[in-house]
This record gives sequence, C-alpha cells and structure tokens, in this order.
Amino acid sequence: MTSRPAKKKAPLSTGSEWTFELIEAYDKEIARLAKGFRLDTYPNQIEIITSEQMMDAYSSIGMPLNYNHWSFGKQFVETEQRYKRGQMGLAYEIVINSNPSIAYLMEENTMTMQALVIAHACYGHNSFFKGNYLFKTWTDASAIIDYLVFAKKYIADCEERYGAEAVEELLDSCHALMNYGVNRYKRPQPLTAEEERQRQRDREEYIQRHLNDLWNTIPQKEEQETTRVSRFPKDPEENILYFIEKNAPLLEPWQREIVRIVRKISQYFYPQKQTQVMNEGWACFWHYNLLYGLYDEGLVTDGFMMEFLHSHSSVVYQPPFDSPYFNGINPYTLGYNMMQDIRRICEHPTDEDREWFPQLAGTDWLDAVHYAMQNFKDESFIQQYLSPALIRELRLFEIYDDAESPTLKVSAIHNETGYQRIREDLSAQYNLGNREPNIQVYNVDVRGDRSLTLRHYMYNNQPLGESSEEVLRHLHRLWGFDVHLESVKADDTVCAQYQCPPRQVLETL
Amino acid sequence: MSYIIDRRLNAKKKSTVNRQRFLRRYRKHIKRAVEEAVNQRSIKEIEQGGQVTIPNRDISEPVFHHGDGGQRQRIYPGNKEYMEGDEFRRPQGGGGGGSGKGKASNQGEGLDEFTFNINQEEFLDFLFEGLELPYMVKKKLRDATQTETRRAGFTTSGSPEKLHIVRSLRAAHARRIALSGKDRRQVRELKRELWKLEDAPTNPENTKRRELLRAEIEALEKKIRKLPFIDDFDLKFTNLVRVPVPSSKAVMFCVMDVSGSMTQAIKDMAKRFFILLYLFLTRNYKQIEVVFIRHHTHAKEVDEEEFFYSRETGGTIVSSALTLSGDVIRDRYPAGDWNIYVAQASDGDNWDGDSDACRQILINRVLPHVQYYAYVEITTGPHQNLWLEYERVREAYPETFAMHQIEEASDIYPVFRKLFARKMEGAA
Repeated sequence: MTSRPAKKKAPLSTGSEWTFELIEAYDKEIARLAKGFRLDTYPNQIEIITSEQMMDAYSSIGMPLNYNHWSFGKQFVETEQRYKRGQMGLAYEIVINSNPSIAYLMEENTMTMQALVIAHACYGHNSFFKGNYLFKTWTDASAIIDYLVFAKKYIADCEERYGAEAVEELLDSCHALMNYGVNRYKRPQPLTAEEERQRQRDREEYIQRHLNDLWNTIPQKEEQETTRVSRFPKDPEENILYFIEKNAPLLEPWQREIVRIVRKISQYFYPQKQTQVMNEGWACFWHYNLLYGLYDEGLVTDGFMMEFLHSHSSVVYQPPFDSPYFNGINPYTLGYNMMQDIRRICEHPTDEDREWFPQLAGTDWLDAVHYAMQNFKDESFIQQYLSPALIRELRLFEIYDDAESPTLKVSAIHNETGYQRIREDLSAQYNLGNREPNIQVYNVDVRGDRSLTLRHYMYNNQPLGESSEEVLRHLHRLWGFDVHLESVKADDTVCAQYQCPPRQVLETL
Repeated sequence: MSYIIDRRLNAKKKSTVNRQRFLRRYRKHIKRAVEEAVNQRSIKEIEQGGQVTIPNRDISEPVFHHGDGGQRQRIYPGNKEYMEGDEFRRPQGGGGGGSGKGKASNQGEGLDEFTFNINQEEFLDFLFEGLELPYMVKKKLRDATQTETRRAGFTTSGSPEKLHIVRSLRAAHARRIALSGKDRRQVRELKRELWKLEDAPTNPENTKRRELLRAEIEALEKKIRKLPFIDDFDLKFTNLVRVPVPSSKAVMFCVMDVSGSMTQAIKDMAKRFFILLYLFLTRNYKQIEVVFIRHHTHAKEVDEEEFFYSRETGGTIVSSALTLSGDVIRDRYPAGDWNIYVAQASDGDNWDGDSDACRQILINRVLPHVQYYAYVEITTGPHQNLWLEYERVREAYPETFAMHQIEEASDIYPVFRKLFARKMEGAA
C-alpha cells in the first residue's frame, strides 16, 4: 500500500445476512491483514454447520468424529436440553487443531459474527496451534484425524467382536483415569494411519509375549534374587494408563489397544489444557486487531463494529468475585488483557513498566507478542508477563484458605507488596500439577499378591475428593488385582489410605 | 488460502448412537421417571414425551480431584474493600468469595439433578416395555388380508424384471441342440469323408467329390447358423404366487362402569386405565379392533370419543354390559377367527342379585371365547358381591381371568403392568 492517507474503501457488506461469497471476501481481507501481522497458520477449512451439528460437535469433545460412548450421549442430551431452554447459547465456533485446521461456523450467526469467528478461530487459534511450543512438541496436527478414524473403527470392531458392554466398561474405566494417561516429558512419534495399524498388530503380539516376564514363575538363581530391586517400577510412573497398557497382567491385547487409544487422545488434548488463557487471549487479541484493521480501511461499517464490540466485550467480561455470575477467572479476559498489556508496555511504557519489564519496554510489540505466544504456557506466561498495571486494573487479590482455621485471610492485594505474590500464586493456580492431584504408580507387589500401589503426593495438604474410591474401582478393573492408594505428605508420612476391593475386616467369633 | 465448505446438508444426528447408549445405560432411572409422569399427568397429555430427571450423583463420571481441606491460595478479581491481612468468616455454600473449589464446573450452576427430554416415541417405548397381550394365537382367517409372496417354479410368461436369465439361456441352448442335432451329425459325417479324401492321392474325380462335399457342409452350417440364439419360446420367468397367511387378529373390549356410584375421581382413574390400555394397543398392535362399552343400568356400544368424554350416568347393572359383550362377540367376532380380550373397570358396586347373573354370563357366554379377561376394581372400601362372585370365576378360569384392585391413581400403572406383563408360558 502507498503511504498516502488510506482512502476509505467501500464496505464489504452492509446487511447482517451472510453469503458464501461474503464469507470468502471477508476471509480474503482478514487473511491479508493477518499476513501483515506475521500470523503463520495451517490452511483453513471453514465449515458452515447448523446448530444441531454444533451440538453434535460439542458432545464429541469438539472433534469431527469420535468413537461411540454413552458419556458423549449424556453430554449431547445435556447440551440439547440447555440450548433448547435458552439457558445457554452455543459457542460461536469450534476450531480443531488439525492440518488443515477445521473451523465450524454456525449458520444462525450474522455476517459480523462470522467475520469475528473467522478472525478469532481461523487466524487467532490456528496460528497459536501452529506456533506454540507445546503444540509443536505434543500434538501432530496432520495425524489426529487419521488417528481418530483408526480409533473409531478399531473400537467399533471390538464392540462387534467382544460385545458393546465389555467395551463400554473398559472405556468407562479408561475415562476415569484419562487425566492420568499423559506423558509429560517423553515425545511420542508421529505416525500415519497405516503405520499405526501395522504397529498395533505388532504391539499386540509383542506385549502379550513379553508381559509375562514380570509374572514369570520359573525360579531364578538365588544370587539374582537378592540383587533384585525392591520396587517395580523402579521410579514412580506418572502415566497410569501407560503403565496399565504395558503391565496389567490380565488384559487382552484388544483391551490394551483401547487403553492406548484413550491415552493418546488424552495426550492430544494435554497442551490445550495448559494453554487456555494464552490461546484464548491470543485469539481475542487478534480478532480485535484484525477487525479494527478492517474498520480502519473502511471495509466494514459502523454498525458492524457496534455489533462486534458488543460481543467482544461480553466475551472478555470478568464478573467480580461477589457476582452471581462469577465462575472463576475468565481465561478470555485474563489472556486478552495480558496480550494487550504486552503491546502497551512495548509502545507506551511507564516508569513502572521499565522497571518490571526492561526487556519489553520500547521494543517492537509484534516481535514481543509472537515471542510470548511461541515460548510459554499459561503458568510461565503469567509468571513472566502479568504486570502490576493489570493487577490493579483487574483488582486481583489473594485469599488464603486454611481448612483448619475458621477464617479466611486476605493475603495479598494490588499493592506494592502484593504484586509479586499475586503473580506467583496466580501462575501456580494454572500449574496443572497443582490443579490435579499428583498421583503416580509407586509399586507392584511382584512376588506377593500382585497388588498395585499408587501414591498421592499431596499439594498443600489437600486431600482427595469423594469420587476417588470410585476411580479406584475402575483401576481395579483394569489391573485385575488389589489396588492401594496412599496419600503422602511432604515429609513422606502416609496420612490416608484407600483400597479396592475394600479390606475385609476379620471378625472373631 | 481457505476452503469454505457447506456442511449443513451432511448427516445430522451424529450423536444418536451415543444418545441411545446413554438412554440404555440409565433405563432404570428413566423408567422410574416415566412411571411417575404417568401417575401425575392429566389424561390428555399422558402420551406426550417428557422430562426425565436423574440425580446427578448417579451419572457422574468419577475422576481424581482435590477434596476440601488443606491450604489453598486463590486469586480473585474485583477487589472492593479488602486490605492485606483482613480476616473474615468462611462464607457458607461456597459462594463467590470463599471456598473456591479446585474444579469450577464449566457446565454451570452445579445442579443436583440431571434433566433431559425424551420424545413421545421413546416415552411410550419405556412405558410399554415388556408388555404384551397374553395368549395371542394365530388364527386362520377367511378374509385374510395378509398374504405372503412365495416362489413357485418358473413360467413362460411374465414381466421383464422377473426374467430368469440362467434358465432362459439354458432353454435356448437346449433348443439349439435339439433343432440342429441331425444337421450337425451330418456335417460331422461329411467332414470325416472329406478328410479321408484329402488324405487320399489327388485325382479329378476325387477333387470334384471334395468340392461337392464342401458345398454341402457349407450349406448345412449355414442352416445351423440360422437358428436364433434366443427365442421368445426360451424365456423363463420366476413365478411368484401370493399365499394367504393366517394372521393374528385381535379385538379388545373395553367395558367401563359409568353408574352414579362411580364418583368423578373413580371415573377418572378408570379412564386413565383405559387410556393406557388404548395407547398400548394402538401402538404395539397394528391390526387391532377396539370395542368400547359403557354401562349403567343398561349397556351401550359407543365410539372412542363418547367412551372417554360422555357424561351420561345412571344405576348399576353390570350384567347388561356382559350380555352386550357376549352378543357382540357372537355376532361380529367368531372366536375361531379372533383373539378376543376384555378389560373391565368398575367400582365393584352392583345391583343386588345381578352379580350372580354376571358370573353365569361370564362363564357361559364370554370366557369360553376369550383369550384373556382383565378386571380392575377401583375402590378403597370393602369388596362387595361382584368381587366375591368374580373370585369364583377366577377359580374356574385361573389362566384366562385376572382381577386386581386399584385404590389410588398411583396404582394404575403398576396394576396395568401386572395385567399385561409378558408371560413366559406358551400360548394357551
């Protein structure tokens, strides 16, 4: 473009009705602007769907296809009920981390909403999926759809061969442990569907053959006996489903494969859980900037902007803690404000900012936000970028809640002494390791009753919730022998124990 | 570059399978909800779909999560007056300020119950699951409307879609063999002679003879070739015939007492019973006839509308209805052709001296012809004459005759289920 004051172009549309031509036109313009901001995306596949299809997508964890399970039916029934009674609007969009990236647009939306969704999902989320280090390491966008096709087919075949009920029971158990089917440190290999099938067949045979080593009853030489390590596994295993898949003595090969499928899907969603604030913040930041870009060029009307700003501000609204609508910190608000804040610090730094963010103040904002997007997850992002200015703006404060004390204590507010503490503790709040109880496979009684012992390493002395026994029952189903769970305090003392099946109390007559 | 795809016409109802699995898994809960709904609803909306509520704890999926206790630091937005070091009592009920739970549900307000809708079809499925008309047998029918198509060999005429290709070609082949047999034998003989001549030393006479033979062979082969490959005569068609099949035809007599002793509440319960019955019949049996009979001192056959909504009333002579039933059976529903069912509802109040007659009529005129007779007595008081007489009937026909008492509206559905529960023994 030339540098003369941009001559206002004619608006792309004036009404609220959308057409395919208009969507294409908007997409083209938004893509052009996005390129200017160096947003690197997977190709977009924009699909127009009905609200009913949106509900379908909702209830299969947002994926275009998934295996069948009653819990998705429950989700669907719930969504449908709430939607029909007007208690809930459907999300405007769902975007799938795949290559090409699939974004759903609902036909009921107005043109403004479609443009907002295109900017938000197709350029915001999409570039996040492609650029963020967690997604790069943990997910393989080009393989997920193929993998789901394989999984769906495999599970349907199993249902045919072993009965829907047996498969359902197994899936129930796997779902209960889904959050513990994640490998936090090892990077899985990307595979194509064909390779996946081949490997699955090999694996079946291999595991079944080698598994029995663990349970080998042929007597070993005496000296080996004594040097043997006292625990199995040698180091605690955090990925419980992985441990089950590889070591559960009684599972059939097909059952191991299903455990693996659930584990893989859980792994695929793992980065999304860790980047909610950043991901939504990034997408909101860009839909705001991209649509403003359109407005500056005169491509959209004032009416368009009014409607856009209305939905934008309701998306990034944070109800205060004492509001009936309060439901935790809104990740959209936090993320969006933090992204805007980075830009502000770069462009118009105050003295305070210069002190807190010497590396940001006065630098190129586009470089700064891209760097932030690529190299952080929620926890570290907040740790690094939450500024005193934003803490003041959101009026963040911290409550210290000790179950043993009858009162709650305000331990920090938005003042000089509180900034650092609020920043640290908010960051900790987004640490998945703190949000979910840390439970690991600790020991298997290889020589004795084959019982499995898990250890719960307590965080701030927080006990396990009430459905833990139920989860243990599921684990017991997978493992096939007794399962124990111990809650361990920081000083290694065991303070609570759970068993499945519950220990028999011997009565003396 | 973006691809824009219109998916609106794609298969909908992707979640149907999952939904059905959900319903199947919680069928016990849903059945209970359906039962309650039937008891509470007004007559007119009894068959509509409805809301099903399941306690949340029964369907939650367990996961490991943090319980209450221990120490927590939580960050909240929107501080108004708190200063560092302020202490205040823990708010009850987990409201905004205090015990922020580790898992804030994204599904909303943390309802204790899980509520959803099932449609009418599903509602009725659950309502009438496992019920059937007992002792239904197949009876031969003179005017059988149901027929079955069976194969009956092959014919030489028919419509093109029934053409049997293998048979037709086989026939054509046979015809060609039959019609050309003599000629081909001749050709073979001539050829053999020809080969012999060709082997022999050549001389003029020989040559001439050979040419003659060749001409003859050619003429014969031409004649063979002229035979048509396929002829109208060869066509064979699959023959289908329609065979009448014995079908199960059934008729249900709904006999309701509308006498003055029946209070509005009792009538209402009786109607509920019959509406359930009527819904069940029309839904599960495509070909069923229903005869509605109302009676007070005399009985009258009426249509559905009048049966449920008419307000005519009077004294009570139960036998009038039984006589009428007997007449209708005799005139219109010969027992050889029909499965006959009778359901009778009354408050048990009858004109003195008539109850004995009822028993006589039942035993002599009605019960010998029917498959099943269900009597419900809607009363909270002591049994009267009619019940005692009917008990004697039950002794005589323990298989065919069933009777139950309904005391209040919530008994209707259970009694209905008892009367029409699927019976395991074979047909009587």
